[in-house]
Amino acid sequence: MSGLLLIILVALIFLVLYQLGQSSEIMATLQGEKEFEHKRNKWMGYAMLGVFAVLMIGFYATHVYMMPLIKDMLIAASDHGEEYDRMFFITLVVTGIVFLITQFLTFYFAFKYRDTGKRKPVFFAHSNKLEMIWTTVPALAMAILVAFGLRAWFTMTNPVPAGKEKQIVEIIGKQFNWITRYPGKDGVIGKKYFKNINEENNILGLDWTDKACKDDIVNGQGELHIVVGKPVELIIGSRDVIHDVGLSHFRMKMDAVPGITTRMWFTPTITSDSMKILTDNPDFVYELSCDQMCGKGHYSMKALVFVETQAQHDAWLAEQVPYHKLGFPDEYPSEEKAEGDDKATEEVQEGEPMAKK
Amino acid sequence: MSNETHNTAHGHEAHNDHNDDHHHEEHHQHFFNKYVFSMDHKIISRQFLITGMFWAIAGGLMSVFFRLQLGFPEESFQVLSAFLGDWAKGGKMDPEMYYGLVTIHGTVLVFFVLTAGLSGTFSNFLIPLQIGARDMASPFLNMLSYWFFFAAGVVMFASLFVHTGPASGGWTTYPPLSAMKEASMGSGIGMDLWLISMTLFIISSLLGGLNYIVTILNMRTKGMSMKRLPLTIWAFLFTAVLGVLSFPVLLSAAVLLIFDRHGGTSFYLSEIFIGGQAMPNVGGSAILYQHLFWFLGHPEVYIIMLPAMGMASEILATNARKPIFGYFAMVISILGITVLAFLVWAHHMFVTGMSPFLGGVFVLLTLLIAIPSAVKVFNWIVTIWKGNIRFTNGMLFALGFVSLFISGGLTGIFLGNSALDIHLHDTYFVVAHFHIVMGISAFFGMFAGVYHWFPKMYGRFMNKTLGYIHFFITFIGAYVIFWPMHYEGVAGMPRRYYDFSSWQSFSQFGDLNKMISIAAIVVFFAQLLFVFNYFVSIWRGKKVTGEKPNPWDSTTLEWTTAADPGHGNWQGPIPEVHRWAYDFRENEVDGTDFIMQDVPLREGEEEH
Repeated sequence: MSGLLLIILVALIFLVLYQLGQSSEIMATLQGEKEFEHKRNKWMGYAMLGVFAVLMIGFYATHVYMMPLIKDMLIAASDHGEEYDRMFFITLVVTGIVFLITQFLTFYFAFKYRDTGKRKPVFFAHSNKLEMIWTTVPALAMAILVAFGLRAWFTMTNPVPAGKEKQIVEIIGKQFNWITRYPGKDGVIGKKYFKNINEENNILGLDWTDKACKDDIVNGQGELHIVVGKPVELIIGSRDVIHDVGLSHFRMKMDAVPGITTRMWFTPTITSDSMKILTDNPDFVYELSCDQMCGKGHYSMKALVFVETQAQHDAWLAEQVPYHKLGFPDEYPSEEKAEGDDKATEEVQEGEPMAKK
Repeated sequence: MSNETHNTAHGHEAHNDHNDDHHHEEHHQHFFNKYVFSMDHKIISRQFLITGMFWAIAGGLMSVFFRLQLGFPEESFQVLSAFLGDWAKGGKMDPEMYYGLVTIHGTVLVFFVLTAGLSGTFSNFLIPLQIGARDMASPFLNMLSYWFFFAAGVVMFASLFVHTGPASGGWTTYPPLSAMKEASMGSGIGMDLWLISMTLFIISSLLGGLNYIVTILNMRTKGMSMKRLPLTIWAFLFTAVLGVLSFPVLLSAAVLLIFDRHGGTSFYLSEIFIGGQAMPNVGGSAILYQHLFWFLGHPEVYIIMLPAMGMASEILATNARKPIFGYFAMVISILGITVLAFLVWAHHMFVTGMSPFLGGVFVLLTLLIAIPSAVKVFNWIVTIWKGNIRFTNGMLFALGFVSLFISGGLTGIFLGNSALDIHLHDTYFVVAHFHIVMGISAFFGMFAGVYHWFPKMYGRFMNKTLGYIHFFITFIGAYVIFWPMHYEGVAGMPRRYYDFSSWQSFSQFGDLNKMISIAAIVVFFAQLLFVFNYFVSIWRGKKVTGEKPNPWDSTTLEWTTAADPGHGNWQGPIPEVHRWAYDFRENEVDGTDFIMQDVPLREGEEEH
C-alpha cells in the first residue's frame, strides 16, 4: 500500500515538474523567446556562483562533521603510519591548492562570462607560452610527489633493516576468519603443505615431519599479539580465496593469496593500553579487517590486534600451548616425559600425517 | 446449423487473419528494417542509448537496494522482498544477494552503460555526421555490434534469475573466488553466465571499435583533414583504439577462467583447501588474472572518460562561443592518455605482493597521466574565459563534468602513489574516487551529449526547465553522496562490506551512511526525471525550426543537414570542408559569431 502511495507521489511530482517545464516554455513565448532566455541565462550565471558557494560551504560542513568521527583513526600507530601521514599531508596540500583554484575558476568564469548580449567573445585559440607553463608545473609537482612517495614506499617495502631484532608472525586467511601462527621457542615457523589441512587438528596443514612445527603456536581467531617498538614481519597466506590483511591503524595492507606467500612489516608505536587513554575509550581495540572481497562473509572477517609491552607479550606467550600439543595430547603424557623422550615421540609423529590420510 | 455458421465464421475469421497477417508482415518488415535490424548508424546509436538507459536504471536501482542495506542495516523493507523475493525474506537482504547486486551494478554500469551506452551511442551518432560520411564503413557489422551487445544484456539479465544468484565476486571477479562454486553461491551458474555475457560484449565492442577506426581514417569528406576534426572525433578514435587493443586481453582472461572452472586447468589456482577438501590444482597464479583483467580494466577507465572529454570540449566551445583553447594540445593529451593508459594497469595491484620495484615504476607512470589530464582541465577553463556563455542544459552538464573531473582526478593522485595506496586501497576513498571521476563525471559528459544532440536525433528539444532541475539535483547530490566517503576511506573503512555494525573502527558512520543512502535515492529519482523528459520530448518536445536546423549555432557538419535526413545523412552531395571545427569568429556574411566548417574561406582569409 505504502509502495503504491510512493509510486503515485513520485508520478505526481514528475507531472508537476513537467507542467512547470511546459509552462516556462509558454511563458517564454508570451514574454518573447529572446527576452526570456536572456533573463534565464542571467540567473543561471548567478546560479553558478551559488553552486560554488554551496560546494564550499558543504565541503567545510562535511569536514567539521567528519573530523570528530574519524579522529581515533587519524592516530597512526606505526612508524610507517607516521610516514604515511606526512605523505598524505603533502599530497593533500598540493592537490588542495589545485582543487580550490580550478574549481573557483570554473564557476567564476562561468558566472563572469555569461552571455549578456553585449559581450564579444575573444578569439583566443592557443598560446604556446601558457601551454608550456601548465605542462611543466604539473610535471614538476608530480615529480615531487613521486620522489616523496617512492622514498616512503621503499622504506615500507624494503626488508627489515639488518641487525634489528624482529618478531615473525604468520597470518593465514580463510573463509571467513583469520588464523595466526607464532614460532615457538626456536623462533622458526615450520613448513606446511595444503594437503595436510584438516579442520580437526591441523587447520594450517603443518608438516609434522618438520621439527620446527612442533612448538609453533596457532591461534584460530587470528589474534595478532605484537610488541611495541619491535618490528613485526607478517608472513601472509591464504587457504582458499584471496583475502587482504588490512591494518587501518597501522596504515598497512597486503593481500593474502593462495599459493603465494606475501610479506609486510612495520613497527607498532602505541600499545593497546596507551591507545585506550589516547582515544578516551576503555574498550578500544585494534581491528584487522579483510579488505579484499572474499565471499558472503567478507564483511565479518575480523581479527583483533594486541600491541603489548615486551613484558605483557612474554606473559601472554608463556600461557600459550603449542598447537601440536593441543592436537595430539596423547603424545605428551606428562611434561617431563615428553621432554626426556624427544626421540620416541618424534617417530610417532612422523607417521602421523600418513595415518591421517 | 450452428456448426455451419461456426465453420463459415471461422473460415471468414481465418481469412481475415491471413489478410491481416499479410498486411502486418509488410508493415513489420518495414518497421523491422527501419527500427530494429537497422543499419542506419543514427538508429543504431539510439538503440545503444535506449538500451544503455535501461541498464542505467537497472544498475541504479540495484545501488538503491544495497544503499538501503548500507544505510539502514537494522531495518527491513517491503520493496526489497517485492523485487528480490527469497533473496530478501521479510525485507532483509541476504549477504549473497548484496554481493550479487554490487557485482552486477558495477559490471553493467562500467560496460553496458558507460562503454556501450556512451561511446556506442555517440561514436555511432557523431562519427559519420561530423566527418561527413553517409554511414559507417560497414553498416552491417555496426548492426551486429548492437545485437551482440543486446545478447550480452539478455544473458546478464537472465543471470539475475538463476537459483544460485548472479555472479557475486565483485565486478573484477577475481579468482579463486570466481573460479570455484564452493567459494560462493554466485560462482556457480551465475558466474558462467557472466563470462558468456562478457564474451558477447567484447565481440560487440570489437566490431564497433574496428568500424569506428576504419570510418574515421577512411571516410572523411573532402577537405576534412585530421587536423580539422572536431575533438569529439579524436576522442572517439582513441577510445576505439583503446578498446580494440585491450578488450581481447580481457577475453583471454575470461577464456582461461572458463578453462579453470570447467576444464580442470590451473591457470589461476594453486594450493587451495575449500569445502572441506584440498583441490588438486597446483602451480597457477591468482595474480595472473589480475594482470590480464587490469590490462583491460585500466584502459577501460579511459574508454569511458575520453568520449565524455571529447563531447565536453565540443559543448564548452560551442556554448562559450569561443574556439576550444589549445586544440593541438588537446589532441596530444588524448594521445598521451591513450598511450599511458596501457602502461599503468598494475597500480590496481600495489598490495598484491608484487615486486616493490615494479610498483615504483607503475607509480611513476601513473602520476604521469596527471599531466595530460591537467592540460585538458586548464584548456577547458581557458576556453570559457572571456567567452560569452550560454547556459544550455548541455553546457551546464559540461561545466559540471569539468568540476567533477577535477575532484575525482585529484584523488587519483593519492591512490596512484603506492605509499598512500597501501592504506587507501579497497576503502571508501577508492569508491569515492572512481565514482566521481569515471562514474558521475562520465555520466555528466553523456548527459551533456544527450541534451546537446537531442535536437539532431529527434528534431525536437528536451524540456529545458526539467534539464536544469536534473542538473542541480544530480550535481549537488553527487557531491553529497561521494564527498563524505573520502573521509570514511581515510579512516580505513573497507568497501564491499555488507554491514559495519560489528566493527569498532567503522561503525561510527551510521548516520552518515543513512544520509548518503537518502541522497542516493533522491538522485536516482532525478535520473528517472531525465528519462521521462527524454521520452516525452521525443513526441512532445518543442520542434527545432529551419530547413537545416542549427539550434546551438554550432560549426560542425552534423548541423548542415535536415533535422531527420534519413539513411545517408545528406539529401544532396556531402558537404565539403574548408576550415577547422572551431571557427567561432565574426562571420562577415551574415553577422553571426561563428562560421561553419563547410563555408569556403573568403578571399584573403587565412585558415586558423
